[in-house]
Amino acid sequence: MHFIVNGLQHDLLLDTRMSLLDMLRERLALTGTKKGCNQGACGACTVLVEGERINACLALAVQYENRPITTIEGLGDAEELHALQRAFIAHDGFQCGYCTPGQICSAIGMAREAARGVPSAVTTDLVMEEVELSHDELRERMSGNLCRCGAHNGIVEAIQATFVREDAA
Amino acid sequence: MIEFGYARAGSADEAVRLAAGQGAARYLGGGTNLVDLMREEIEAPGFLVDVTALPREICETPDGGLLIGAAVKNTALAEHRLVRERYPALSRAILSGASGQIRNMASVGGNLMQRTRCFYFYDDAARCNKRSPGAGCDAIDGFNRIHAVFGASPACVATHPSDMCVALAALDAVVHIEGAGGKRTVPFEKFHRLPGGRPQVETTLSPGELITAVELPPLTLAAQSTYRKVRDRASYAFALVSIAAALEVRDGKVHDLRLALGGVAHKPWRAWKAEEALRGAPAAEAGFLAAAEAELADAAPLRDNAFKVELARRLIVTTLSGLAQGDAA
Repeated sequence: MHFIVNGLQHDLLLDTRMSLLDMLRERLALTGTKKGCNQGACGACTVLVEGERINACLALAVQYENRPITTIEGLGDAEELHALQRAFIAHDGFQCGYCTPGQICSAIGMAREAARGVPSAVTTDLVMEEVELSHDELRERMSGNLCRCGAHNGIVEAIQATFVREDAA
Repeated sequence: MIEFGYARAGSADEAVRLAAGQGAARYLGGGTNLVDLMREEIEAPGFLVDVTALPREICETPDGGLLIGAAVKNTALAEHRLVRERYPALSRAILSGASGQIRNMASVGGNLMQRTRCFYFYDDAARCNKRSPGAGCDAIDGFNRIHAVFGASPACVATHPSDMCVALAALDAVVHIEGAGGKRTVPFEKFHRLPGGRPQVETTLSPGELITAVELPPLTLAAQSTYRKVRDRASYAFALVSIAAALEVRDGKVHDLRLALGGVAHKPWRAWKAEEALRGAPAAEAGFLAAAEAELADAAPLRDNAFKVELARRLIVTTLSGLAQGDAA
């Protein structure tokens, strides 16, 4: 099976039962993507496929052959952090950090959805042309990512600082 | 998870052929429910036919409705301009379900095929007629606050978990199906089954049949429709009770309406009795309440879920009142 992860090509022999999450962690040693609940409830495993956020734990790897996959390792590194990673530090968007890679991948996918006008359950005007990422909108759109440390307020601030305010971090 | 074979289909015909050549084959969409159930070994298909590469088109039909390919992702359907304008209840229903990640994975066909979230169905230490036909049901006398108040049977009190399907039931959708014997269509109302004595059979699909599309008929009043959902937390939770409603008022009277409830039965519950009671009646709160009572007279709550009847009553009245006052969508 052929995979494209963070711009690199990989040919792997995999059991059809292997999830995309286990493939990334166990076969490619990309352990930034985390296994939390392994049933789609917590969002710790969120990665981007063709720019769209998905839960890697519910994805069979075989379904994601030949499609560009981006994990937290593909967004930034210790030398050059992604703007959202810098904002998470500036706004205390984490304590233990376990949910953080999923939060960051999810927020990047979420921002793309909002930019193309995808409404949410709390959007008042369904036919609006532009999404305003208010506090309530961000909380709703990020509800698929849990933080058991309770850093949600910092997470919302970091995302707002990066994708909403002019003075982005 | 048991071992399984896997093949990717490029067309509906190919998918049906691939599945026919295998014993216990299942069609695989986004996998958000099936993969989880396979991991729990509640589902154990020997072969998966991946249908995510089938066409993902949403097209207008000649009569002004919409034909939605079964492989269309939930997000793509919810954000589609014509769905937002003409069938806002459907957009709202989809957006109130699951999370952003799951809506990006999940397909329209898969949404119809979702299985119940009954705790006892998932718990292999519990008895469940749906998981092991004939084993008995631990939900009937168990913790059953999330369970059905309509149409249940002594064999099963589970509910259907979908939000999208409640809107499709209200909007007179039609399911397009293809199997080895050819193509056919089924009114949405007849797609899902009540449990009866065979709760393991949840739809009227024959073995090997594939959902290829869902069609929305042109429905003018659907532009004045909405979806409301009551749940244990504000986001990312299944419905306790939900409602999809469309209402057209003329000269102070209910000219036409569509009403369906979620979270209350083994299938999306089209509220035929409420609709009948209200058609032609004054569009006022007393009438909405009478319509709710007409529907809820049949409710048969269990030990823990009588609150759903009161919730449904309030949801029907407040949702219709809101639509009558013009706060559509």
